[in-house]
Amino acid sequence: MIPAAFDYYRPKGMDEVIALLQEHGDDARVMAGGHSLIPMMKLRMAEVPHLIDLQDIDGLSDISVDQGRITIGAMVTQHDLINHDGLTAAAPILREAALQIADPQVRYMGTVGGNVANGDPGNDMPGLMQCLDAQIHLIGPDGERTVAARDYYEAAYMTDREDDEVLVSVSMDTPQGGYAYEKQKRKIGDYATAAAAVQIVKVGGSVKSASVAMTNLSDVPVWSEAACDALVGTACDAAAVKSAVAAMLGDIDPAEDNRGPVAFKRHVAGIILTRAIERAWSRA
Amino acid sequence: MNDLTPDREERSANLKGMGCSRKRVEDARFTQGKGNYVDDIKLPGMLHGDFVRSPYAHARVVSINKDAAMALPGVVAVLTAEDLAPLNLHWMPTLAGDKQMVLADGKVLFQGQEVAFVVASDRYVAADAVELVEVEYEELPVLTDPFEALKSDVVLREDLAGQTEGAHGPRKHHNHIFTWEQGDETGTNQVLDNAEVVAEETMYYHRTHPCPLETCGSVASMDKVNGKLTLWGTFQAPHVVRTVASLLSGIEEHNIRVVSPDIGGGFGNKVGVYPGYVCSIVASIVTGKPVKWVEDRMENLMSTAFARDYWMTGKIAATKDGKITGLHCHVTADHGGFDACADPTKFPAGFMNICTGSYDIPVAYLAVDGVYTNKAPGGVSYRCSFRVTEAVYFIERMIEVLAIELDMDAAELRRINFIKKEQFPYTAALGWEYDSGDYHTAWDKALKTVDYDGLRKEQAERVEAFKRGETRKLMGVGLSFFTEIVGAGPVKNCDILGMGMFDSCEIRIHPTGSAIARLGTISQGQGHATTFAQILASEIGISADSITIEEGDTDTAPYGLGTYGSRSTPVAGAATAMAGRKIRAKAQMIAAYLLEVHDDDVEFDIDRFVVKGAPEKFKTMKEIAYAAYNQAIPGIEPGLEAVSYYDPPNMTYPFGAYVCVMDIDVDTGVPEIRRFYALDDCGTRINPMIIEGQVHGGLTEALAVALGQEIAYDKLGNVKTGTLMDFFLPTAWEVPNYETDYTVTPSPHHPIGAKGVGESPHVGGVPCFSNAVQDAFRAFGLRHTNMPHDHWRIWQAANQLGLHD
Repeated sequence: MIPAAFDYYRPKGMDEVIALLQEHGDDARVMAGGHSLIPMMKLRMAEVPHLIDLQDIDGLSDISVDQGRITIGAMVTQHDLINHDGLTAAAPILREAALQIADPQVRYMGTVGGNVANGDPGNDMPGLMQCLDAQIHLIGPDGERTVAARDYYEAAYMTDREDDEVLVSVSMDTPQGGYAYEKQKRKIGDYATAAAAVQIVKVGGSVKSASVAMTNLSDVPVWSEAACDALVGTACDAAAVKSAVAAMLGDIDPAEDNRGPVAFKRHVAGIILTRAIERAWSRA
Repeated sequence: MNDLTPDREERSANLKGMGCSRKRVEDARFTQGKGNYVDDIKLPGMLHGDFVRSPYAHARVVSINKDAAMALPGVVAVLTAEDLAPLNLHWMPTLAGDKQMVLADGKVLFQGQEVAFVVASDRYVAADAVELVEVEYEELPVLTDPFEALKSDVVLREDLAGQTEGAHGPRKHHNHIFTWEQGDETGTNQVLDNAEVVAEETMYYHRTHPCPLETCGSVASMDKVNGKLTLWGTFQAPHVVRTVASLLSGIEEHNIRVVSPDIGGGFGNKVGVYPGYVCSIVASIVTGKPVKWVEDRMENLMSTAFARDYWMTGKIAATKDGKITGLHCHVTADHGGFDACADPTKFPAGFMNICTGSYDIPVAYLAVDGVYTNKAPGGVSYRCSFRVTEAVYFIERMIEVLAIELDMDAAELRRINFIKKEQFPYTAALGWEYDSGDYHTAWDKALKTVDYDGLRKEQAERVEAFKRGETRKLMGVGLSFFTEIVGAGPVKNCDILGMGMFDSCEIRIHPTGSAIARLGTISQGQGHATTFAQILASEIGISADSITIEEGDTDTAPYGLGTYGSRSTPVAGAATAMAGRKIRAKAQMIAAYLLEVHDDDVEFDIDRFVVKGAPEKFKTMKEIAYAAYNQAIPGIEPGLEAVSYYDPPNMTYPFGAYVCVMDIDVDTGVPEIRRFYALDDCGTRINPMIIEGQVHGGLTEALAVALGQEIAYDKLGNVKTGTLMDFFLPTAWEVPNYETDYTVTPSPHHPIGAKGVGESPHVGGVPCFSNAVQDAFRAFGLRHTNMPHDHWRIWQAANQLGLHD
């Protein structure tokens, strides 16, 4: 658990960050909370000769809830997110999910940006961002650009972000309707055996719109359009939930690990999604 | 003089003696981060060691090239087996009569095995240099299954080729270590053949690891001027380490000082000797500088002593109405690449022969076969006396299986088979003499407190509701009644590497009436500095607050065998009381002289000696201590000191009754512990608060082992659970509320009647948690499913019973 030598940078401005990234290419990585990257460096599984700490960059820690739009800076910690009343009122699913990430000590340090940017299939925020149809804002040498969370993840640890780009914030429309974030894990601090993020809008006793995403059941988060479609227009009854689950099971691709074999994970994925849909519906 | 007047009550309270929930004196420094652990030791010029470890579970070491590592600035040395061989330190003896490579000698036998030791001026440089040592391996077939190993042509221990006799008798195969037999095989088989009912079951007690919060480490400092070696380390038995170090190195024992400073948990993991200790010593001798070695978490989990890994097959015979008539147990014990179990020499499977448990079983037979595989060596007693967790899990599962076979209530089955109070001292079929017990009283108290009948009624209702589709949660009632065997042990049959398992205490009373006592044990969190002072306070009438307890420095402490197997209170605690009584005997003579009466005319009264029948005439222990040093007393030499080396006449046998109520989500496999009740009888209770803390800690480690904690290997011998992400170490979040309770049945042979408690909750807790899981599915036909009961294995059990259809 002793990392290899690295150069540490703590720039004051984003221009400097971009310049360092351009200079060092994939030998450089930016660090937000460091709770994924630093353990990987200590295990010598990540080689980062140039580590760029973002904590002195202004403007990355803001949360804004304004006119139906939510923006969360990359350096906002899970702890900040949990304790922001305006955000909780506007998008309670964020708090419900963040409370199930790691443990309180990690949540003081771990950030939304790091969780979204890292591309770790075990992280909770990517699936949640896909459920909420969030936009991911990146800054690079050519200025800012925006990518939909649903288009951002390519494979485990592989995202649409270029090596010389930095994730600065995520934004989304204030979610509507009922919500639920359901997660099964072996212990506090663990990644999900299966986790589901669900938002459902109910009008006149039936589902007007639904968004369903799951975590750690593939090498990328899985937002299932087919599962959403299976719910829309129904009364979210047992048959509808069952067909949504069937659709989701068609889209996930879990791998065996210490949490259990594939058959178990697929079963639990179905149970967790069912519970999440039922809870979201009950709140819709 | 028996009624406590307010004055006597106050004097008694001031002593803070036995029975008082005195706050732990250690905690002032621990809670302020002021402890002094091995890694806190920093010496001038100190170098740092780090290991090159094998990525393979079985491979030949073709070559080791040190050049690139040696070229890195700051690297002082790279040691290999070739460098240690001239000192004959490339192999070392294990506690189990085997030998173990210090550094890979031609081949490696498990993943993470030590191959080379890099010594550098800086911890970071050492880690960088490890990556620069080029080792060429030639992979060999890997054996991770002991049953396969016993059939395989692959020879794991080529150094033992042709040796058909091991330390514990004949070897049947080149991967076989020993067979250990106890009891009456013929008689047991006869009973089984003619029994009305026989229940048979095979169970795997999985491999796990003690995982103390502080990993293992050492700092060696060889002073070449005075020829003295000082070794600080994470040692549960510092005196034994000194003797072994002397025997191995040839350095005379008076020139070796071994110090165990504060230790952050041991749980058996720090009993043995590890290659890191040896390498730090050699490196210090070679370089003439202090050398520190501290392993990281992954190294600790993958290479230091594991626990359990027992395949146990049982046959239990009974009458139709549930009276047990015989027990047969066979164990295939996976010991890994070397037999490095930490057991008394004559017990290669520890005290597994306590496996008749708390029951009056007329005849029994036990056979244990030890086997080599490509896994890390160890087999230590993880928060238990030698293999007692395995024995208790075995019998407590066999009882449950028999109850199923008999279609009988498992609590009642236990009750009708308990050894009765009047049968103690009771000689069990496998030889042990249980000192004292009152099992029926404890069991009845436990069942009444939890409303056992009510729980069974609720459970039956839940089963019906489940069948009707009204719930997906089942309810399990876990029972366990355990008897431990701790306090090793009588020198006549217990030794480690030839050293008898006595223990010791040396007391020095200061002239002003305070004291220091030194013991041969070493606390790793047990609170010895608190509790041993309480024993002494009650024995010698000096307040516990005025008594310093010191352990762990072999230059100052009397020789002792250390702390593990719940032996500190039964053995060193007894030595403390006995030494205290020597002090008191001398104090009595001094008091009599000062009071101008005959020795027999004074009696001890809390903190003083009083003239019999005239309590207003007295001398306090403070006054007596002062006189001992400052007054010429005819026929009595000055000073007030005593030493006791205590060879226990027998082991002690703590027992307890545990009940766990659990709800299990059949669809996800998630268990939820609703209630846990633990009644412990550890004999005389020294500090109830510390007992409660020990029970909480032991139960939490039991929960861990039962519900998920394991060292798992894949087919290639790769450790799959090498970090705390996958190795389950429960936190406050996973731990339920524990209800603790007690009865008191003192040990008749122990000076203060105490039996030891640190390990009871682990020993009794594991089967209790496991039985709760298994009991939840009993109504649906489950007979036995192996631990650890993590989510997917519980789900799998439900799945196999068709509960997901």
